Amino acid sequence: MARSGGKKKKSGSSDFGKALGNIFKEIGVTFVEGDIKTKLSYIIMGLGPILRGQVLIGVLLLLMEVLFIWYMPAFGWQYLSKITTLGTVETQKVGRKTVYGDNSFLILLFGILSIFVILALIFMWYVNIRENRKEELLLKAGKKLPSNKEVFLSLFDKNFDKTLLALPVTGIFVFTVLPIVFMICIAFTNYDKNHQSPTNLFTWVGLENFKNLVSFSGAGIGPTFLLVLFWTLVWAFFATFTNYFLGMAVAMLINKKGIKFKKLWRTILVMTIAVPQFVSLLYVMKMFANDGLINGYLLKWGLIKNYIPFWTDPILARITVIVVNIWIGIPYMVLIATGLLMNIPEDLYESARIDGANAWQMFKSITLPYMLFVTGPFLLTQFTGNLNNFNVIYLLTQGKPQSVNLAEKAGNTDLLLTWLYKMTVNDTNYRMAAVIGIMVFIVTAIFALGVYNLLPSVRDEEGFQ
Amino acid sequence: MKSYKTKRTVGNVIAYILLIIISIIWLFPFVGLVLQSFRSYATEYGGMVDYIIPHHFSLDNYTFLFSKADTNFLIWYKNTLTISAFVTVFQTLIVLCVSYALSRMRFKGRTFLMKFWLILGLFPGFLTMICLYFLLKMFGLTQAGAIPGLILVSVASCGMGYYVCKGYFDTIPKALDEAARIDGATRARIFLTMIIPMSKPIIIYTALVAFMGPWCDYVFASYVAFGHDTSYNVAVGMTRWVWTNDYQGYFTRFCAGGVLVAIPVTLLFMFLQKYYVEGVTGGAVKG
Repeated sequence: MARSGGKKKKSGSSDFGKALGNIFKEIGVTFVEGDIKTKLSYIIMGLGPILRGQVLIGVLLLLMEVLFIWYMPAFGWQYLSKITTLGTVETQKVGRKTVYGDNSFLILLFGILSIFVILALIFMWYVNIRENRKEELLLKAGKKLPSNKEVFLSLFDKNFDKTLLALPVTGIFVFTVLPIVFMICIAFTNYDKNHQSPTNLFTWVGLENFKNLVSFSGAGIGPTFLLVLFWTLVWAFFATFTNYFLGMAVAMLINKKGIKFKKLWRTILVMTIAVPQFVSLLYVMKMFANDGLINGYLLKWGLIKNYIPFWTDPILARITVIVVNIWIGIPYMVLIATGLLMNIPEDLYESARIDGANAWQMFKSITLPYMLFVTGPFLLTQFTGNLNNFNVIYLLTQGKPQSVNLAEKAGNTDLLLTWLYKMTVNDTNYRMAAVIGIMVFIVTAIFALGVYNLLPSVRDEEGFQ
Repeated sequence: MKSYKTKRTVGNVIAYILLIIISIIWLFPFVGLVLQSFRSYATEYGGMVDYIIPHHFSLDNYTFLFSKADTNFLIWYKNTLTISAFVTVFQTLIVLCVSYALSRMRFKGRTFLMKFWLILGLFPGFLTMICLYFLLKMFGLTQAGAIPGLILVSVASCGMGYYVCKGYFDTIPKALDEAARIDGATRARIFLTMIIPMSKPIIIYTALVAFMGPWCDYVFASYVAFGHDTSYNVAVGMTRWVWTNDYQGYFTRFCAGGVLVAIPVTLLFMFLQKYYVEGVTGGAVKG
C-alpha cells in the first residue's frame, strides 16, 4: 500500500499531472484496444488472466475484489459514513442500562482504515488493467504466457523482493502508518479527558489545538511550549557535544602510545552500555537524591551543611541531567572514536611533529577535522536522538521539578517527548499530545533532513581521502 | 633526547591517573549497586542509607526475590526473557529480509519506500501509543495478554531499522550475486546459502540489539500491561518499586533485582562486544 503512492510522490508536482494523465491514457487505450476478456476485467477484476490461463494472478485479483465487496457493507461503511462528524448518537443511560451510541474513536480509526482500503483497491484495479494489457501484448507478439508454476516460482527469484517485504510492509502499515495517520487526525479533534470514547463523543475542531499551542494569553500554553522547546534544544546541544568531545578525549587517552591494558579501560566503560539503562539510571538517580549517597558523604565529611538539591532545583536538575548523560553517553563515543582515530594516517602526525606542532595544534588541525568529517552523519543522528531521549530524562527526573508557571503539568526538565508522554498517560489530553507529537516531528525533521544535506561528508563524498 | 623521554613518562603517568579516575567514576554506581544488594534487610531495612559498604552482609534481598509468595519478580523475569527471545528471532529475520531486498533488488518504489520509512521514523513512537493500545486490546493482547502483544508490536515495526544491516550487505560485492545467477541460482538461494552465511557479524549484532531492547522497555510495556502485575516485565515491575512511595523499603531489593537483570545481559554483551563495536562503528560512519 505504501508503494501505491510511489509514482505520485516521487516526481515533483509538475510531473504529477503528466504521470496521472499517462495513467488515464493507458487505462483508456487498454479498454479501446482490448478484447472482450480485457473489457470484462474492468468490472470483474482478474477475469481476463483467469480466462487466459493465468489462474494464480487472476484468482488473487478476483479475491481482492470479493473481499472488498464483503468488507465495505459489512464493516467499513458504517464507520466511513460518519467520519465527517465522528458520530452524533450520544451514549445514554436508560434506567440502569447504558445504551452505547457512536464511538468516535472507532469511527475515526476504521474510517481511516476504510479510506486506505479503497485506495488499495483502486491501485489493485489499475494493476489488474496493466496485467491484462501486458498479457494481450505478449499474446499478440506470438509469445507464450508464463505458466502458473513459473509465476509462483518467480516469487523466489525475480519477484523475491515482494516475498521478503510483504510481511514487514504490512506490519509497518498496521502498527505504524495507520496509528500515525490516526494521531495526526486527533490533533484536529477535541479528544481529551472530557471527551472520552465510548461514553462521550469527540469531534473535529479544526486548528483550535494549534491555536492553543501558540496562544500566549489566558489559558494558552504558548509560553510553556516555547520554554520546553528551548530546553529540548539546549539539552540536545549539550548532550550531543559534551559526549562527542569528552568521548573523543577519553578515546585519545586510551589510544595514547605507551598506555597499557587498552582493552581493560574500554571494557570498564562499556559496562554502562551493557547494563540495562533502567537499572543504572535509576540507581544513579537515587545516588543524587536528597537523601542519597552523594549528599550523604558530602554531609558526613562536612563539605556541605545542607544537602544539595540535585533533582529539586530547576537549574541544578538540568545540569545534573546533562552530567549524568555524559556518564551514559561517553562509552558509545569511545567505542566509535577508537577505531576511527586509528584510521588517521600516522605520517600526518609525523610531519606535523617535524614542523614543530604541539599536541593541541595537531588535534586542532588533523584529528578534529578528520573526525568531524567522518562522523558528521553520526553527530546528526546523535542530536536528533537526544531531542527524543526519553529514557535519560524520564528515568532520572520524570520531567520534574514541577513548576507553577508552566502549563499542562510540564516540568523544568521535560523534553517535548516526555511532556507528550505525560499528557497521554497522566492527563489523557490526547488532543494536545497529538499536537506536540507533530511539533516533535517537525523539529526532528528540520534537523534530520535540513542539516543532513549541508554536511560536508554528504555534499562531498570524496573529500578527505 | 632525555627530556623527551621524561616528558613522555610524565605524560603517561598523567594519562594513567586520569584513566584510573575515569574508571572509578564509571564503576562506582555498579559497585554501589552490588554492595547495596547484599545489605542485610533484617538489621538495616531496605531503604536508602548514606554509606556504601553495608554493615551486615546477607542474602535477604535475594531470598525475597526468589520467594513466590512475596513478589512476582520471577514471573517478570520470565516475561522479559520470553519477550526478548521471540523479539530476537523475529526481528533478526525481518531485518535480514528487508535489508537484502533493499540492498540487492531493484524494484519499483524502492527509493520511495526507503524515504517513506525514513520520514515515518522521525515521528515520536509514543505518539501512537494509545492507538496501538487500542489495536492490541481489540485482539485481547493487553493486560493479561500483554506479553504476546508487546512481542507483536516490537516485531511489526522493526523492518524500519534496517540501516546498519543494509549497510553491511552493500559492502558484499555484487559480482558474487551475479556469478551465482549466471550459474542459475535463484535470488532466494543466493540469499539463504550465500549472503546469510557471509553475514555472521551483522546477524549477531542485529540479534544482540534486538535482545537488549526489551530489557529496557519501560514506556510501552507499562502502558500495555497497566495494572496487571503478572504481565509486567522487569523494567516495569522494578521501576515501580523505586517510584512508589514506600520505595524506602524496596531500595535494596531493587538493587538485588538490578544485579540479577544486569548479569546475563552484561555477560552476553561483553562476550559479543566485538560484533557490537563493528556494527555501531559501521553504522556511525555510514550514517
